[in-house]
Amino acid sequence: MKKMAIIATKGTLDMAYPPFILASTAAALGYEVQVFFTFYGLQLLRKDLSDVKISPLANPAMPMPLPMPVMVQMLPGMETIATMMMKDKLKKKGVASLEELRALCLEADVKFVACQMTVDLFDFERSDFIDNIEYGGAATFMEFAGDTDICLFV
Amino acid sequence: MVFDKELDARGLGCPLPILKTKKSLADMASGQVLKIICTDSGSMKDMQAFANQTGNVLLSSTEEKGEYAFLMQKK
Repeated sequence: MKKMAIIATKGTLDMAYPPFILASTAAALGYEVQVFFTFYGLQLLRKDLSDVKISPLANPAMPMPLPMPVMVQMLPGMETIATMMMKDKLKKKGVASLEELRALCLEADVKFVACQMTVDLFDFERSDFIDNIEYGGAATFMEFAGDTDICLFV
Repeated sequence: MVFDKELDARGLGCPLPILKTKKSLADMASGQVLKIICTDSGSMKDMQAFANQTGNVLLSSTEEKGEYAFLMQKK
């Protein structure tokens, strides 16, 4: 059986999609998949994903309906507005929500591993995270990653 | 052409048509044919890639008015 390992290090809405899309698709193609969530990537394992947002700030590649000066992007609430707009767009275009993709990963036996060091670093509680995940460190990741066909850092 | 089951994946973006195809095939018997209809324009390449990697056979793929139809035979 082919194997794929992904390290997910980002916790923003845009960067949350690639690990979940690739993991669920690889699983559908018959791969054994493991995703290691570390640093901000841990946000993607929280029960509540509503804190996963997108910001136009320092993100000049983000397509905007109107050109928006950086001074405006800094205003309070802009992040919430940008996130609402992006989620609305994703929904209209038929792109799955993060919750849906994550559930599809788990259903397809994708294994999620949370970085224990980062959990401790940010004082997270295991109860913050979804069930059916494992906790481990770099050596745990290497044990699986060392024998994979595809290994990605996101 | 004859098929045993139909999957309506219209309006769904990547990778949902592939994931739903995989799911639909799971409870079908070997040799049975699944018809998939979707509107994702990337699906023409993706369905072939799915077939190549899973061993299921893509019997046909057609496009008509922005809709893509596939017949996938379970291995």
